[in-house]
Amino acid sequence: MTISRRQFVSTLAGASAASLASPGLSFAQGSGPIRVGLLAAKTGPLASGGIDMELALTMFLKDRDNTLAGRKVELIVADTAGVPATARTKTQELVEKNNVHCIIGPLAAFEALAIIDYLTEKEIPTLGVSAAEDMTQRHPSPWYVRLTSTSAQCTYPLADYSLKELKYKKIVTIADDFAYGHEMCAGFQRAFEDGGGKIIQKIFTPLATPDYGSYVAQVKTDADALFLGTAGSNGFRFLRQFIEYGLKDKIAVIGGMTALDESVLRNMGDEALGIITTSWYSATLDNPLNKAFAPAFRKQFKYDPGYYAASTYLSGQVLEGALKTIKANAEDKKALMAAIRGNNVDTIRGLVKFDEFGNVIGNVYIRKVTRSDGRLVNSVIKTYPDVSQFWTYDKKEFLKNPVYSRDYPPAKNLEL
Amino acid sequence: MQFWIIQGLNSLSLGGLLFLLSSGFSLIFGLMRLANLTHGAFFMLGTYFGAIAMRDYSGLDLWVTAIGAGIIVAALGGLFERLVLTRLKSNPLGQVLVTLGMAFIISDACLVLWGGDSIPVPTPHYLQAPTRLFGFVFPTYRLVLVGIAVAAAIGLYVLIDRTRLGAMIRAGVDDSQMARAVGIPVSRLFTIVFCLGAGIAGAAGVLGGPILSAYPGLDADMLPLALIVVILGGIGSLFGAFVGSFIIGFIYTFGTVLFPELAYIILFLPMIFVIAFRPQGLFGRLGT
Repeated sequence: MTISRRQFVSTLAGASAASLASPGLSFAQGSGPIRVGLLAAKTGPLASGGIDMELALTMFLKDRDNTLAGRKVELIVADTAGVPATARTKTQELVEKNNVHCIIGPLAAFEALAIIDYLTEKEIPTLGVSAAEDMTQRHPSPWYVRLTSTSAQCTYPLADYSLKELKYKKIVTIADDFAYGHEMCAGFQRAFEDGGGKIIQKIFTPLATPDYGSYVAQVKTDADALFLGTAGSNGFRFLRQFIEYGLKDKIAVIGGMTALDESVLRNMGDEALGIITTSWYSATLDNPLNKAFAPAFRKQFKYDPGYYAASTYLSGQVLEGALKTIKANAEDKKALMAAIRGNNVDTIRGLVKFDEFGNVIGNVYIRKVTRSDGRLVNSVIKTYPDVSQFWTYDKKEFLKNPVYSRDYPPAKNLEL
Repeated sequence: MQFWIIQGLNSLSLGGLLFLLSSGFSLIFGLMRLANLTHGAFFMLGTYFGAIAMRDYSGLDLWVTAIGAGIIVAALGGLFERLVLTRLKSNPLGQVLVTLGMAFIISDACLVLWGGDSIPVPTPHYLQAPTRLFGFVFPTYRLVLVGIAVAAAIGLYVLIDRTRLGAMIRAGVDDSQMARAVGIPVSRLFTIVFCLGAGIAGAAGVLGGPILSAYPGLDADMLPLALIVVILGGIGSLFGAFVGSFIIGFIYTFGTVLFPELAYIILFLPMIFVIAFRPQGLFGRLGT
């Protein structure tokens, strides 16, 4: 295969000289730039998200003249191709050959799981964006923080919203048949059923499902709504078949944080209008930092940033905050990690805090697809502030249970 | 009852799509004894051409687009056969490897050119409303697809069984050395059949588009299905591909509905049995 790793070395020699010369900038013993490794799948089926991750982070650094906390930053992007073994090799290369000070990414849980032990052993601060629950629950790493959401974290508010505002009683879930889909549906089911609702049908479809027709035809139409827990482009393809089978008038659709991501919406039409989803981000978020980011991203790349672009931009913001705290001394990895975990940083998604497992506590937004300026956007209709990965559950009790899966918690209300 | 009827119709429409996908593969395999692993990529290329053309020129007709994409993919296939495959005639393993490599090249090229997002192929507006029959609701386009598959099957049957070109192809399938000896230009025949097979795949890609959409990895999703159909139906037998498509359509649909966890086992198990007990496939012939 090709070696598709590009190095973004700062080319502005003048700028670099200027920052060296300027007094008052305190960077300590470290010499040379801070090296940041980005693990992103730029080829293969996950490429769409991976490319957005790179674009957003590059944009973040460029806006700051490739300088964070007064010190130059060199971004080294490694293509994982969405394959765990490749992710492992590339990580080793980043650590041992490029000598990175910290790593951002990767996207897919199976990639993150493949590299986390190695990163812990090498003590590399990692700002993760993948969702696997146990990485910040039963098997946390002192060197790993997650800035986005666990698989289920965003579904709790949606379950609450479905019960209280939408008054749904019976819901069918459909999701991709892998850990992310299982965990997301399990979390949604738990919160929804604890609040008095019923999950009457759970459908899991293979990650590679060319034709959703046979699944669509099974959906129980006496449910109030269908929860769509898909990733990538699957939600988009599912919905098209859903409409062709005439189901859109019979049953409402709600979705998880990736189902109708901005990257999916940009290829959809009116069929998406009115669908309610949950996420830790929306391109339309009305805060000053996002107002600076989203329109600029849109202007440069002609589409709205979504989950993937926001995740690395957010990582950049958290990293910048930590570097400022430790005066850009990225060589002291313990201090860097402590600063990342200890800081409360204002970001494009709102204020970001971390719990003791390294998982983010932050706002979760309920969004509705509307049309604005001729394009589809996720308009925020309700904000759930400071949502934890444990929702309202007791932390100790939560961790005593097995990790969410296809069969846990058991679904007691399925209708046959 | 409704369940069986709806899923039965689903099976039929998937079978129709599978026939459009695999008939070209079967033709090429039958004549050239070449497992063309680029076939899935040709299909995907067709879908992308359709999706892009219809996105950039709204109002473009699906059927016209399908024919256009078929012609373009056929031309590309012809070039590939002439420039690369003919040079490897005495090296079947090399040929298979080259087709696999070509598949990777095409899929990466699609990713570079059109990005990683799914791009829809719009259903013609006059087929968008679901058909309501005896209280059942079913997507109209899928019904039309079955009709197209049957028409394509009849067309190919006439071509292979009733024309001079078809007679030459059949002669080549049965015994290519003897065909050469009696003056049939087998080499040119190879190119024609390869173009035809690739072209059908390209057109099928557009026709499958409203159901599948164009997305990276479509090629890898479709290729195994084409392989199963052709191996089950019998190598080089168009009738076998036709029957195989509908058998797989039914197995796949009911398998995924009734035993979703075992979807792929149910799909591949019959193929393994057929290979074990009837290596030539259901309608294939041995000893050529």
